[in-house]
Amino acid sequence: MIEVVTVILFGMLAVTAIAAIRLHDLFAVVMMFSIYSLLAAAVFVAMDAVDVAFTEAAVGVGISTVLMLATIGLVGRHEKRPAHRPGLPLAVVTLTGMVLVYGTLDMPRFGDPLAPIHQHVAPHYLQDSPVEIGIPNAVTGVLASYRGYDTLGELTVIFTAGIGVLALLGIRRRKRGES
Amino acid sequence: MKDNAVLRVVTKIIVPVILVFSLYVQFHGDYGPGGGFQAGVIFAAGFILYALVFGVEAIERVFSAATLRIMTALGLLLFAGVGFWSLIGGERYLDYDAFAQEPLVGQHVGIFLVELGVGITVAAVMITVFVAFAGRTSD
Repeated sequence: MIEVVTVILFGMLAVTAIAAIRLHDLFAVVMMFSIYSLLAAAVFVAMDAVDVAFTEAAVGVGISTVLMLATIGLVGRHEKRPAHRPGLPLAVVTLTGMVLVYGTLDMPRFGDPLAPIHQHVAPHYLQDSPVEIGIPNAVTGVLASYRGYDTLGELTVIFTAGIGVLALLGIRRRKRGES
Repeated sequence: MKDNAVLRVVTKIIVPVILVFSLYVQFHGDYGPGGGFQAGVIFAAGFILYALVFGVEAIERVFSAATLRIMTALGLLLFAGVGFWSLIGGERYLDYDAFAQEPLVGQHVGIFLVELGVGITVAAVMITVFVAFAGRTSD
């Protein structure tokens, strides 16, 4: 049953991606990206990754859509006609995609309990976190306690991104006469 | 969008719900899906929605540019500071067992503080980025 849902969701993802490429009105493209993120969040839910789905729904659907709309407000909503032919970029993308798909052939099947990633530290986290951390959501236990260093690093990345945006775009200047 | 009565009324009703939900996600992350990152993003989304309807100036009445910069640094400092606190307590960096007599209580305290730091910085950065973009548009 869940396979049917996943296949339908992936089909809708593909349709949305093609629609986003075909459209030339950037406002509609941003809406397509937003729908794409919402579908991706649904795929994550179907894969039982609710924490990831939550993040995708909040960041992909909400914040990044608003930021892209704000960017459209700066650059105009219609796509400029590209100066180059699409042949070479299309070839590069197709080749890269084929290499990536070829790379997945070696990977273990989705949800395979014998996959290396499920044999390393994951059993320890899942079995011992109720005793060592004592909170019911193992994801939070891993992110905040076992992998505290990684989360600190991620927060530093977000901090740096914020500083970078401030440095590039600056604090909003007040209009002349206001100050 | 300020003149549209539907948008105005719906925004005023829905923004408090979004903010309360973000606090729920922040402090309930131990038990359900969610945590500091999601809570910070949802918190910022509430303010961004308000600013989309009532103008970017509305955000500045609550979070001035200086407040946002302080919050951005404060969350990260809180996270890193918790690590040093556990060093002082004689444990390894970011090992929360030292925060209470009972190691599990210490873990709870540590995770709570760390997630709070994540939430503060993420919310501040998201609002900062939005203000930086939208502030330019309106000029």
